[in-house]
Amino acid sequence: MSVEAWGQIRSNPKFQTFVKKRNRYSIIMSVLVIFAYFGFILLIAFDKAFLAQQIVPGGVMSLGIPLGVGVILFTIVLTWIYVRRANTEFDAEAEAILEESTK
Amino acid sequence: MNPLVTTLIAVVAIALIGFFGTAFGAGPDTGQTTQQATNWTAISMFAGFVIITLGITKWAAARTRSVADFYTAGGGITGFQNGLAIAGDYMSAASFLGISGLVFANGFDGLIFSIGWLVGWPVLTFLMAERLRNLGKFTFADVASYRFAQTPLRSFAATGTLVVVAFYMIAQMVGAGQLIKILFGLEYIYAVILVGVIMMMYVLFGGMTATTWVQIIKAVLLLGGATFMAIMVLLQFGFSPEALFAKAVEVKTGLAAATGKSAEEAAKAGASIMAPGGLITDPISAISVGMALMFGTAGLPHILMRFFTVPTAKEARKSVAWATTWIGYFYILTFIIGFGAIVNLIPNPGEYFVNGDLAKGLNGGGNMAAVHLANAVGGNVFLGFISAVAFATILAVVAGLTLSGASAVSHDLYASVWRHGNVDSDTELRVSKITTVALGIVAVLLGILFEKQNVAFMVMLAFTIAASANFPVLFMSVLWKNCTTTGAVVGGTVGLIMSVVLTVLSPGVWEATLGNPKGSAWFPYSTPAVFSITAAFVTIWIVSLLDRSARAQKERALYPDQMTRSETGVGAAEASAH
Repeated sequence: MSVEAWGQIRSNPKFQTFVKKRNRYSIIMSVLVIFAYFGFILLIAFDKAFLAQQIVPGGVMSLGIPLGVGVILFTIVLTWIYVRRANTEFDAEAEAILEESTK
Repeated sequence: MNPLVTTLIAVVAIALIGFFGTAFGAGPDTGQTTQQATNWTAISMFAGFVIITLGITKWAAARTRSVADFYTAGGGITGFQNGLAIAGDYMSAASFLGISGLVFANGFDGLIFSIGWLVGWPVLTFLMAERLRNLGKFTFADVASYRFAQTPLRSFAATGTLVVVAFYMIAQMVGAGQLIKILFGLEYIYAVILVGVIMMMYVLFGGMTATTWVQIIKAVLLLGGATFMAIMVLLQFGFSPEALFAKAVEVKTGLAAATGKSAEEAAKAGASIMAPGGLITDPISAISVGMALMFGTAGLPHILMRFFTVPTAKEARKSVAWATTWIGYFYILTFIIGFGAIVNLIPNPGEYFVNGDLAKGLNGGGNMAAVHLANAVGGNVFLGFISAVAFATILAVVAGLTLSGASAVSHDLYASVWRHGNVDSDTELRVSKITTVALGIVAVLLGILFEKQNVAFMVMLAFTIAASANFPVLFMSVLWKNCTTTGAVVGGTVGLIMSVVLTVLSPGVWEATLGNPKGSAWFPYSTPAVFSITAAFVTIWIVSLLDRSARAQKERALYPDQMTRSETGVGAAEASAH
């Protein structure tokens, strides 16, 4: 039963476009996280002085701390942006395609 | 009431009495950590946690009838609950005590590990979460072996699971034994046996339902306790991070000056906590550690298993979003807690340092910063609470590990490899329960065996193996159409062997654990992940392309159907209705 349904879904050109669109979005989001994280790590490996500099002259807060906490917040926010879009827009689109293909 | 449950509750009661009884005659110090005075507040709070969670286990036992109930709680957990449970599964005592201890000692450097432990989650969300839910049923081997030959692939996946579980488990059991000496003032061996027995009860009777609720309760207690501590610390500084950091720099400068450094050197030492220090030295180690943490998360069997406890892909995505939120929030708290410990503990050496001497370090070792801070901001009762939570944390993590090890044996090895799927639910359930008991005993034995060993490298090793063996096989089997059984098994095995062998040859094990002279390590970097992950992917790719067998042709032909199911959820395992 499933095998037949899969074949029908796959032959719908909308399905192919949809999968491509969603996968491109997943990859872009993954690349953003990977860049943020490895960028931060490589900055630590190559330019410690950059992260050690004070934000406000005379203060103690270094640039590294908001950047590090920023990576944590960025990670959380990016995950919610993805999940929100996947759970509303993408799921609705997928459902419409399924209904149309298996009619 | 089930007579078995009654018997086991009686056994635990006796164990607890024995445990209280021996507390009076605290024995000689046998390990690396010094046993402290018996802490009754902490012990009563922990006993309270155990009683409540065993009550939940009894409730869950009535709902654990089929294998689906046992492995996945019947797929009836909501995304929000599962998110908390994942956080409870992932936030170990090592990350709570270890990271706050690292921040206490080095400041900024503690943040680097926290971030590494977090960034695997979005990648898991974007690339794997919904595909796992749509293809799998009980274990990640279900997903990896979807279109492949069952025997070789499941044997490999079960091996990968058991090896990761074993290393992770040793670190947890030894941690439990060391902690109980410091936190409760009791002996090592009682901790190891107590963790083994209580954890076995959760898993044996309550399966995934009980394990999930233990993890949820623990996550709530840990997040609540850490939030309270962070707020109390920030309150001292009118919620100004700048004021907190300024005070911490001042305290550290004073500390350096007291040890005989010149004013200039002392100021430099004080300011060093605001900047990256010696944790990351060479770029190769930096990238390698980063890759192990990032991709290891997506290969931890006890975490992957949690994706099958929710009913739909939508809920699976919600689970990881919540898990990421709680874990990220928790790491920000540990950072504040570490700085809070600097400003609260160092000015009071008499209370918190060995013989009141700053040079001799914290009572109970550097990992106790958060525990002492609990006393400083919340008094003895809150200290008891945090100690009990730290110990409960180990219990929840170990229960999750055992459940995932048991399902690898009963579902992958016994039901699929040995019986070729011809096995009824009752028999499979019985095998998983027998395995749970066996794993509980093994865990206790490993805890005893490794008491005197330096196990610091084992969590990292577990992550490296998960990233180099489990993750590449899972990733390629789900996302690359030309992947074949032979390619996946050979590539995964290469990743597994490389990560173990090169870790043993690295300075952390070869020199620090095996005692060889400094500089004699064959492999110079802190973890081999960058090499072993690459080797696994390249091997899977080459071997799969060279695979011209008829089986390989068939497996490639099955890819479109697998892809359609993984993208839509059509034909996915349904949540069993109750």
